[in-house]
Amino acid sequence: MKQEEQIIIQTQNLTKMYGEKTVVNQLNLSIRKGEVFGLLGPNGAGKTTTILMLLGLTEPTGGRAVINGMDCTRNPIAVKSRVGYLPDNVGFYGDMTGRQNLRFTGRLNGIPDKELDPRIDMLLERVNMQDAADQKAGTYSRGMRQRLGVADVLMKDPEIIIMDEPTLGIDPEGMRELLDLIWKLSKEDGRTLLISSHQLYQVQQICDRVGIFVNGNLVACGGIDDLGRQVQKETHFTLELKVNPCDDKLLAEIYRHPEVTHVDRKDNTFIIESNVDLRRAMSGFLGTNGYTIQHMHQRGGDLDEIYRLYFEKAGQSDEDNSVEKKTGKRWIQQRGKKAGKA
Amino acid sequence: MYRKELADHLTSKRFLIILILIYATSIASLYGAISGLSEAIESDSNFIFLKLYTSSGNSIPSFMSFIALLGPFVGLTLGFDAINSERSGGTLNRLVAQPIYRDSIIIGKFLAGTTVIAIMIFTMGILIGTVGVLTTGLAPEMEEVLRILVFLIFTVVYIAFWLALSILFSVVCRHSATSALAVIALWIFFTIFMSLVANIIANIVYPIDNDYNAIYNAYDNYTLELNLNRISPYYLYSEAVSTIMNPSVRSINVVTMSQLQGAISGYLSFGQSVLLVWPHLTGLIALMLVAFTGAYIGFMRQEVRSN
Repeated sequence: MKQEEQIIIQTQNLTKMYGEKTVVNQLNLSIRKGEVFGLLGPNGAGKTTTILMLLGLTEPTGGRAVINGMDCTRNPIAVKSRVGYLPDNVGFYGDMTGRQNLRFTGRLNGIPDKELDPRIDMLLERVNMQDAADQKAGTYSRGMRQRLGVADVLMKDPEIIIMDEPTLGIDPEGMRELLDLIWKLSKEDGRTLLISSHQLYQVQQICDRVGIFVNGNLVACGGIDDLGRQVQKETHFTLELKVNPCDDKLLAEIYRHPEVTHVDRKDNTFIIESNVDLRRAMSGFLGTNGYTIQHMHQRGGDLDEIYRLYFEKAGQSDEDNSVEKKTGKRWIQQRGKKAGKA
Repeated sequence: MYRKELADHLTSKRFLIILILIYATSIASLYGAISGLSEAIESDSNFIFLKLYTSSGNSIPSFMSFIALLGPFVGLTLGFDAINSERSGGTLNRLVAQPIYRDSIIIGKFLAGTTVIAIMIFTMGILIGTVGVLTTGLAPEMEEVLRILVFLIFTVVYIAFWLALSILFSVVCRHSATSALAVIALWIFFTIFMSLVANIIANIVYPIDNDYNAIYNAYDNYTLELNLNRISPYYLYSEAVSTIMNPSVRSINVVTMSQLQGAISGYLSFGQSVLLVWPHLTGLIALMLVAFTGAYIGFMRQEVRSN
C-alpha cells in the first residue's frame, strides 16, 4: 500500500479522440513522487494532449487522470494550484517587465502582496535573470523567456512541474543551464517533473524514467537502462569500430569470433553485428597488437537506438496494435513489480 | 485579472489614440453646436442645454451622431484582439494553467473594457457639459441633467455591445486582423447599409409601386422597415437617444391622424421619455448579453492549444 501513496500522477485508460481520430489511446501511466519522467515521442504523438488532459484543460473522451488523488477533469482548480505548467513556446505580456509578469502570476495564485517581492527576487536569482528583470518582456530572447517561464512556474511553489518541450529552440549553453535547473528542481527540492520532448539526448541526461509515445500509444515505459537492455535482447549487438591501421589481420580477428554474424566495412569503419558484447575482447586484441582505436561505439543502449527501434516496431505493426499494447503493458507491469520490491 | 486588464487598457497607446480621437471630435461638435446655438434657440427656446449635445453647427455633425458613428469603433478597438492576441502570444495557455476559473479571464476582459468605456464616456459627457456652461453661461436644469445621464448610460451600453461583439470575434478568429476586419464590416453594414436593406425588403414584402398599393401598404411597409431597422444596434441607439435628448419627440412609431386628433403639442416629461425608450434599452442590453454569451461559450469550449 505504501507504493500506492507514492504514485502522484496516474492515468487509467485515458483516451482522447478528435472526431474519428484517436490522439491518445487507452493510456495507463503511473508517475512516482520525486522522479523525473520523460514523455518521448515524435511530433503529433499525443504528448501535449496528454498534458492538457492532466491539467484539466481538455476533457478526455474516456478514462480518467488523477493527480495526488484529485481528478483532473472534475477538480481542475485544485490540480492547477499544485501543478506548474510550462507550455511550449511560452509567452509573456510584452509591455510588462519580467518582474511585473511574475507579480501578475503571483496575484493570480493568491500570494499575499508582501510575500510577492522577496519571492520574485529569490526566483529571479535562481533562474539567473536578475539583470533583465526590469526590461520589457517583449525584448527577451527565447532562452530568457524560457527561464522566466521556469520562474513563473515556480511562483506557485508546485509539487509537480509539467514541461512541454522545454528544450526546444535553445542554444547549447542555455540548454545546459536549463537541464541543470531541472535536475536541481527534482533532486534538491524534491519536486516531481514530467517533461515531454522529442529531443532524446537531453532527456536521457536527466530523466529517471521515460515513456515512449507513438501515435497515441505508449509503446514502452521504464528506466533508460532497462529499455536499453530490452532492446539489446531483442536485437543483435552492433559495434562500430574505427581503428588505425585498418588491415586484413583485424578482419580475420573479427571473424574468428563465432558469435559474429555480419561485418560491414565502410571506408575505415567496421560495423560488426554479433550475438554478444564484443567490446572487451576487441579492445584487448587491439591494445596488445598496436592498433589505435579512433572510434568504438556500441549501438543500442542509448535512447536514440531505443527510440528508433520502438518507432520501427510501431510503424510495422500499425495494423496489429494489440501487440503494441501488450508490450507497453508488460513493461509497466514489470516496472510496477520492481518498484514494489524496492 | 480585472485589475491587470484595466491597467493594460489605460496604459496602452491604442487607448490614448482613441481617447484623443473621441475628445477631438466631441470638442469639434461642441464648437459646432455653440456656433449654431443661437439659431436653434430662435426656433425653440426650451431645453437649451440639451442642444449642446444634439444640435449640429455648420457642416459639423452633432455630438450625438458622432458618438453613434464612432462609438462602435471604440468598442472594437478595445476588444478585437482580446483573446486571440493572448493565444498567439503564448500567454493564454500559461494563463489557463493558473488556479483560476476559466471564465474569470473573459469576464475580466469584458468588465475591464466596459469600465474603460464608462470612464471615457462619462468624463467626456461631463466635459462637454462643463465647457458648455463656461462658454454659454447656461445652467442646466435638473431634468436636463437626468436626460444627459440616461443618454450617457445608453452610450455605455451601446459601446459595450460592440466590445462584446468584438470579443466574440476575437474568440472565433485565429488572427486579430481577421477579427478586426469582421467587426469593422459589421459596423459599416449596420451604420450604412442596414437602412437600405430594410427599405428593399419592406418594398418587396409590401410594394407601394402604384397608387392602389400605396394606399393599402403604406402603413405596413413603414412599420416593417422600421422594425427591420431596429435590428441594427446603430438605429436602435440613435432612435433611443434622440428621444431622450429631444423632449419634443412624442412617439417613435407610426402615428395616424386619428391618434393625433386632440393631442396638445407639448414636451414629454422625463419619465415618459424614458418609458418610450425602455424597450430600446432592454433590447440593447439583450444584444450585448447575447454577444457576450456567445463569446463566453465559445471561449469555454475552445481548445487552448497554441498551434
